[in-house]
Formats: sequence, structure tokens, C-alpha cells
Amino acid sequence: MSPLLLAQVALTLFVFVMLLSSAAVMVYVERKVAALLQQRLGPYLVGPKGLLQPIADVVKLMFKEELRPRAADALLFTLAPIISATAAFAAFAVVPFGAETTFFGLLDERVRLQVADVNVAVLVIFAIASMSVYGIVLAGWSANSKYSLLGGLRSSAQMISYELSYGLALATVLLVGNSLSLTDLVNRQAGTWLGFIPRWFIFVQPLGFFIYMTAGIAETNRAPFDFPEAEQELVAGYHTEYSSMSFAMFFLAEYINMVTVSAVATDLFLGGWHGPLLPESLGWIWFLIKVAALLFFYVWMRWTLPRYRYDQLMAFGWKVLLPLAVINLLVTAAGVLYFGL
Amino acid sequence: MDTPVVHHGAMFDTNELVINMGPQHPSTHGVLRVVLRLDGEKVVDADVVIGYLHRGIEKLSENRNWTQIILLTDRMDYVAAATNNVGYCETVEKLMSLEVPRRARYVRTILCELQRIASHCLWIGTHAMDIGAMTVFLYAFRERELILDLFEEFCGARLTYNSMRIGGLPLDLPPGWDRKVLEFCSVMDSKVDEYEELLTHNRIWLERTKGIGVISGKDAVALGLSGPPLRGSGVPKDVRKDEPYAAYDEMQFDVPIGTAGDTYDRYLVRLEEFRQSLRIIRQATEGIPEGPIVGKVPRLIKPAAGETYHAIESPKGELGYFIVSDGKSTNPYRFRVRPPSFCNLQGLRPLIRGHLIADVVALIGSLDVVLGEVDR
Repeated sequence: MSPLLLAQVALTLFVFVMLLSSAAVMVYVERKVAALLQQRLGPYLVGPKGLLQPIADVVKLMFKEELRPRAADALLFTLAPIISATAAFAAFAVVPFGAETTFFGLLDERVRLQVADVNVAVLVIFAIASMSVYGIVLAGWSANSKYSLLGGLRSSAQMISYELSYGLALATVLLVGNSLSLTDLVNRQAGTWLGFIPRWFIFVQPLGFFIYMTAGIAETNRAPFDFPEAEQELVAGYHTEYSSMSFAMFFLAEYINMVTVSAVATDLFLGGWHGPLLPESLGWIWFLIKVAALLFFYVWMRWTLPRYRYDQLMAFGWKVLLPLAVINLLVTAAGVLYFGL
Repeated sequence: MDTPVVHHGAMFDTNELVINMGPQHPSTHGVLRVVLRLDGEKVVDADVVIGYLHRGIEKLSENRNWTQIILLTDRMDYVAAATNNVGYCETVEKLMSLEVPRRARYVRTILCELQRIASHCLWIGTHAMDIGAMTVFLYAFRERELILDLFEEFCGARLTYNSMRIGGLPLDLPPGWDRKVLEFCSVMDSKVDEYEELLTHNRIWLERTKGIGVISGKDAVALGLSGPPLRGSGVPKDVRKDEPYAAYDEMQFDVPIGTAGDTYDRYLVRLEEFRQSLRIIRQATEGIPEGPIVGKVPRLIKPAAGETYHAIESPKGELGYFIVSDGKSTNPYRFRVRPPSFCNLQGLRPLIRGHLIADVVALIGSLDVVLGEVDR
């Protein structure tokens, strides 16, 4: 086995483990930040400062009984969380999180910090994000429970309508960056304008960033757009009937999707691993900082804002966000055509 | 409720869905059960089912002596126990034509208004949480805790106070208590602004509450609504003003009313009530007279034969007691409560018809019902 292949395998495993642990870290961060915003302590008993709380949560979930309603469609009911979790993991495969590196001279060739360097990475992400809706729809439908069904219906409508704006927001970046590969897009954002403004696409495409993040929150079913699982209305929405590890998979998928959306936003709009002070080989630190900032924003939003109503979200998606995205795309296209940005 | 209807369309037939919300549901505020008939997510009709918390308090009271009943009234609106106590004691006092010392009436006023703030804290917390704003809940409970501390210092209990006696108070205020109340008032002022900052001008909050569950003043009166749901529709009816009890006739305060009669107006009315309550508490605490805390009460409470109805303004609305005494026994012959939550709940069915599921929880929260009081 060549060292390069070995490095690739190690990298894949590394990303997998990191994603798993990022979900655990996010659970902890979510609870701690929520506590901070709500002036309480949050978890503090398990481990120092409650750091082992996510592990305790997982252990608890593992020992719970796996329940399935008698009237549920057994195959689909089992399959749904697997689809959700798989789609969440798969999407991250094409996301680069650092510059090319030789791991401090260990390798002869340079390796890209990314599981798979696909030249149409943006399309792959888009495609896999569309897949993840199946997990939720099937979960809602197969449980044969009314609350689950309503949650499933909501999510299918919501995710399909937001995918359009999400896709259009991605397309504007493609126009500006003139590439479909995320690595190329990130590398176009290196350097600065006038010596101090980083050449990040967010400054070229502020509206695109706004649309991307809004649609991204709707895509990942997070508050204030968390209708499919709106606790106060639908008990737990599509995962009402799930327990134990199959519930944990939905939970995991939600957090990994958040990480993916933030990582893609970092790559597309915030210059990826480019940043001042650090050498390029340590660019992944910048990447982590930017992703963490976006994730914090996610959590902050959730604990501050009330929830939109389902029909209002649909109206917002179709009547505000989509026209904005289309106009943004047209203006960008015209700009690229005339000024050759 | 009728059976679900099948709508025949050009291509597909659609079924109405009957969904059972409660009695075990995160946002039915206890054990309310609403059977919803849905067309998609739209509520075609609803059946409100109550009775899951029935403990027979009214019947039970007919077998308790007059003093023991105070303890039972605690368990009706358990988030505003002091108000229930005051209502009951004043009814018995009215039946017996007892004179209550001025100091006791002032303390009753303070306790009632503190209780109103505590109850509204619980309301704003749960109402906002039903609409998805989780943090407000924790903020409101933080302030409710301060009020519970004050109550604990006064009577030793934090939820069911048993804090009144027929003819006055069970015990005098602890030393320094009035200063703590005033301190609380100055803390609370800024906290109400904090709730407002989070919600009042929040675009999502506005979209979720404006125009939701509109009820005209006329309909509200016809349905027998009272309290903030009635005042939100622009009817300036408040027992504290109309038939003052305790020391309300000596207090300066305004009765806030809404104009549109929607969820947002009911929200604004309650928010303003926070401020008016603080205003009353300040006046009462600063002007509290010295003197005895219990009037001349006979050893054995045994009202002469007769009946009376007396109502007070509880945080939820008009809380009335109708009591019949036969003049022979030491317990009431008939004990009947007009609970504001029960009457306000009448409004739920007409309010939620035609709205979406998400609005149902907003409207349950907007009526601010406590099931302990509905079922008694």
C-alpha cells in the first residue's frame, strides 16, 4: 500500500471520526450556549465542566429500548434514520478543510485535506442534501402516526422549496468563482483587496451569503425554521415514534448537517482556510474558527428567536427568498459577463 | 364532533384528519385535550375536552369547615394561589358582614398584585415557548422565583400558600419585607423591558401573533370571557375598577385595553398589566398603614343563613365565588366557583377554527388557562 493511499484512508477515517465527535461537541456547545443565554449553568456534573455529558447522553440512548409501533412499515421505519445519517456523512466527503499538505514532509506528494476531490463538488453537495429529505419523509410516513406524518409532510414541502434558493445561491458563487470544484473556489479567495479586505466571496456576494445561510437553516430544519419537529406543535414531528439509537441517528444527522452547511459556507463565502497571520499549512485552524463562528450563530439563533409558522415560511421561501436569489443570480451573471469579474 | 369528511377532488380524494392533541402534549398547559379535525394543517373544527384534573373541590368544600376551604382554593389556580385565597375569604367576609382592617386589605392588595406578576411571568414564559422562543421562559421564571421567595418569607410556602384567613391575615409581615418588595419592583421594571425587547418588535413574533384568533368585544362578552382576553378585545372591564375589593379603591392604576382583539393585543395587555401591577404594589407598599391584621372574627365561623356572590380580578379574569350557608352547620351548604380559565376556555373553539395547528398552541397560550382551575 503506497503511503499516499494510506494517507487517503487515514484522512477518510479521520474525517469520519471528526464528524462524529463534532456532533458530540455540538451537543455540548448547544447546551452550554443555551445555558449561557438563559442565565443558567447547563450540564456541569458529568466530567469537568460537564464535558462528558455528550458521552453520557449517547450511553443513555444506547441502553434505551428500541421501540417500533406495531402499525409501522418495518423496512422503511428502520431505513429512514440510516438514510438521514448516511446522507449527512456523505455530503461532507467533498468539502475541503485545508490547503494541500505533505504532512510536514512525511509524504512525497502533496495531499488535499478532503476525502474526495470531485471537480463538481458543489453539485454533489446539492444532490446529497436533496437526498436527506428522504430520510425525514420516510420516517414521517412509515411510523404510521399522525404527528409523524404531519412532520414528514412539512419537511418535504419545506426542504423542496428551500432547495431552489439554496441552489441558486450556490450558483452565484460558481459564476463569480468560475469553477465547480470547492478547492478551486477556495483558492480564488486567497489574498486581499487594497491590502486589508480579504478577497472573500461574501464581500462580492453578501446577498448570496444571506440567502445561502437562510436556506441552509431551513434545509437543516433548525430554529426558527424547525417545523418538521416543532416540539410545541407536533410533539417531536417526524421522529416522534423513534427511540434509542435510531433516534440518535436523526439527532446525529441534524448536527452533522449543520456542520456541513457551515463548512460549505466557509469554503464558498468566507475564504475557507485563508486568513492572516497563519501559514497556509496551518490554514485548517482558520477553517475551524470560521466554522465554529457559524455554528455559534446557529445556536444563538435557535435560543433567541420564536418559530415561524409553516405557511409563513413557505410564503417567505417562494415570495421573498426565491425572487431575491433569481435577481441576485441575474445581476451576478450580468456583472460577470460585462466586467469579467 | 362529526366524523371526518372526504373531499372529492378532480384527481384525488382527500380525507380530513382527526388528531388528538393532549391530554399528554407538550403545550396544552397541563391536561387539556383538544380533538382537532384537520384539512391539511388547517383546523376545520375542534372539540375541547376537559375534566382530567377534576378533584371535586366544590363538593369537597361542602364537607369542610369554613377555614379548611382556604386550603382547597389554593389548588384551583395553583399558579395564583394567593388570589384564590383572597377571593374566598372576601366572599365569606361579605356573607358574614365582617370588617377587615385596613392593613390587612393593603397586604392583600400587595399579595394579589405580586401574584398577578408571578402568574403573568408563567404565562409569558409558556406562551413564548409555545411559539418557539425558549429563552423567554427561563427569563420569566427567574423573576417568578423572586416573587416566590417573597411569598416564602411571608407565609413559608412557595406554591400553595394558604396565606389568608377569614377576617384578615394569618400573620403580620416579616420585618423588612416591604423593603424587599420595593427592591423587587425596581428589578422587575427592567425585566419587563427585557421581555419586550425579545418579543414586542420581533418580526417573527408579530407575524405569529398579529391577526391570530381575532375576537370582537361583542363576541368576547357573549362568550363570557373575562380578564386579559376580554380587555384585549377593547372592553374595559376589570373587577378591580368596577367593584373594588381589598384596597383597590385607594390605588391609582389604569386598565390597559387592546383594539384588535388578536393574540398580539392580548399579549400587550398582559405586558402592560405587569407595569400597572408594579405601580399598585409600589403605592400599597409605601402607603401601608399600621394596625391590626385581623378583624373581629367569631371563634366559630358559622355565617347566618343566606347566599352571596363575590368576584375579584384574578390574573386570568373574573374569579367569582357563590356560597350558600344554611346557618346551621359549620360548612357551606353550597360552594360554587366561577373560574375565569373555564369561562375563557369557551373561547378556544371559535378562536382556533380556521387557523393552523401552530396557531392552536399560540391561542391556548394566549387564553392563559390553568387546568387546575378549569376542572377544579
